[in-house]
Amino acid sequence: MNDLRRPTGILFAVLGLILVLYGLIHPGARAELDSGVNVNLWTGLTMLVFGGCLLWLSFRAKS
Amino acid sequence: MQLLGLAILYSRLDRAVRYNCPGTEPNPLKLTPIDYASLIIYFAFVMGIGWMVRRRIKTSEDFLTSKHSVPVWITSLAFIAANLGAQEMIGMCASGAKYGIMTAQFYWLGAVPAMLFVGLFMMPFYYGSRARSVPEYLKLRFDEKTRCLNAITFAIMTVFSSGISMYALGLLFELVLGWSFTSSVLLSAAIVLVYTFLGGLTSAIYNEVVQFFLIILGFAPLSILAVSKAGGWKGISAHLQPVMTHTWRYVGHASENPMGVEPFGLIVGLGFVLSFGYWCTNFLVVQRALAAETMAGSRQTPIFAAFPKILMPFVVILPGIAAVALMSTASGYTIPLKHGGGYDYDQVLTTLMAKFYPNGTLGIGLTALMASFMSGMAGNVTAFNTVFTYDLYQSYIRRNAPDKHYLWVGRITTIAGVILSIGCAYLATYFNNIMDFLQLVFAFVNAPLFATFLLGMFWKRSTGHGAFWGLLTGLVAGGMTLGLTVAENKGGWIANLHQFPSSMAQNFWIAIISWSTCFVVTYVVSMATTPKPESELHNLVYGVTDLPHEGGAPWYKRPGPLAVIVIVVLVIFNVLFW
Repeated sequence: MNDLRRPTGILFAVLGLILVLYGLIHPGARAELDSGVNVNLWTGLTMLVFGGCLLWLSFRAKS
Repeated sequence: MQLLGLAILYSRLDRAVRYNCPGTEPNPLKLTPIDYASLIIYFAFVMGIGWMVRRRIKTSEDFLTSKHSVPVWITSLAFIAANLGAQEMIGMCASGAKYGIMTAQFYWLGAVPAMLFVGLFMMPFYYGSRARSVPEYLKLRFDEKTRCLNAITFAIMTVFSSGISMYALGLLFELVLGWSFTSSVLLSAAIVLVYTFLGGLTSAIYNEVVQFFLIILGFAPLSILAVSKAGGWKGISAHLQPVMTHTWRYVGHASENPMGVEPFGLIVGLGFVLSFGYWCTNFLVVQRALAAETMAGSRQTPIFAAFPKILMPFVVILPGIAAVALMSTASGYTIPLKHGGGYDYDQVLTTLMAKFYPNGTLGIGLTALMASFMSGMAGNVTAFNTVFTYDLYQSYIRRNAPDKHYLWVGRITTIAGVILSIGCAYLATYFNNIMDFLQLVFAFVNAPLFATFLLGMFWKRSTGHGAFWGLLTGLVAGGMTLGLTVAENKGGWIANLHQFPSSMAQNFWIAIISWSTCFVVTYVVSMATTPKPESELHNLVYGVTDLPHEGGAPWYKRPGPLAVIVIVVLVIFNVLFW
């Protein structure tokens, strides 16, 4: 394994995707101190975008 | 910083107190299958990394030192991640709640300047000497006995540190999740063992990078949610005493600031002795920089790492400060109480997670906590196996064996290191007082070593006898100071000659005395003994080493200009939170 960005990108994309889907399916999943934000959706999106960036960097470097 | 974890978290090792506390909800974190899913995916991933890296391992150096093969962005992140143990995350959040933003001193004053120093001035000698470990550098520069003293103290310290942090994690998970102590200790140790056994240092370093990202992405939302609920920094400042929201303003006198420290103790004790002692001489972190592909990369490693290090307080300390502000806003959040009264600050991080994270993100937060624990433990294990194999086994037990043999010893030592750590974790459950005492001792063990390195690297005249006796007397002086002074009912087992306003002040002064003793003794003994001839000091000492010139490299790859940028950013943050 030469490029750590690829497996790391996959991990964060997968974790992010699961969280995004969960956030969409259960938009009412809220913690006790709720700020009116769908925490799962936003955290998941951030992780998904981060994972995507790593994957993009890794594929760009290869081609 | 581990220093802080060791210096202030005395209350941690008080198991009996933590149970059946009135007003404390048992097991506040309620996990659902989605949370377990994140944990399981992460566990599979870390072991997968070990599996992928294992093919690279052919020699003992591949396994123990990565043989200068790791890209610099990876070593830089590993450089700080190896230090971001679970004790650090929990401890920093706890001190944020206890001392306020002044806790950031442990990063801005107590880490960044030393990280710049090791990159700018010390890496040329570490990397240039081709030493495989910090004790081995001491052997090349001084003599066998100095190496032996350092290797043994380091090996003992890493095993106990890793055991104590495992103990703390097992305790915490038992408290907040209801998992049994044994199962969380054994599960986490087994996973760390699998990936360090398969892929050695490279696997540990690669995983530390992933752990670093996970820690940031898993804890940053907590910081954002808690701070915005408390009304932003403005809201926090309005609800708290001004001492909680300033780093420097109340340092003038020990009685005015919550840490109970005065400027000299803080700046010299923390900012110089302890911080340089840790970041410049602890093999755990130096090993990461040595894994870089080139000399230039090894110098960039700690300097690049300084940028995220400056920002870490906003992820790990800020939630703790916000927690205290939330208590005064009738938000419904309170810090749990200890049995004997007073707040149990160690629970701030986990209770905040319970209040702010819905299931789903809660799993990510917990995975991040697990990741921080594993990165700390893997750091200890991979440093321990290298020092044991090269500096103790190869030097004193079996000298000229084929490399295959040392690779085998390295792997066996990895298993032994994990088993010894587990043993220490259990020891801690039975002998709280011994562990408590050891934490006090570990807090100053690295302090005299920086005097040895300063004289060794920058003064040709210093000798092996000087270094050895300096180190030994430095350690004894630290121990004596601990035995003769008292703070918060700690220390003073010989006599009580002085009372410190806080154990942190005591800790800083022990370090100062220990460092100064080592410095003076090394100087005096060196002057009375014969130095090594200059021909033997090439690439080891300033003045007889060809220093690397990076004039041709672009500015963003040269350590000098990068360090200047770090300093500017550092000054800005200090002014903003003055």
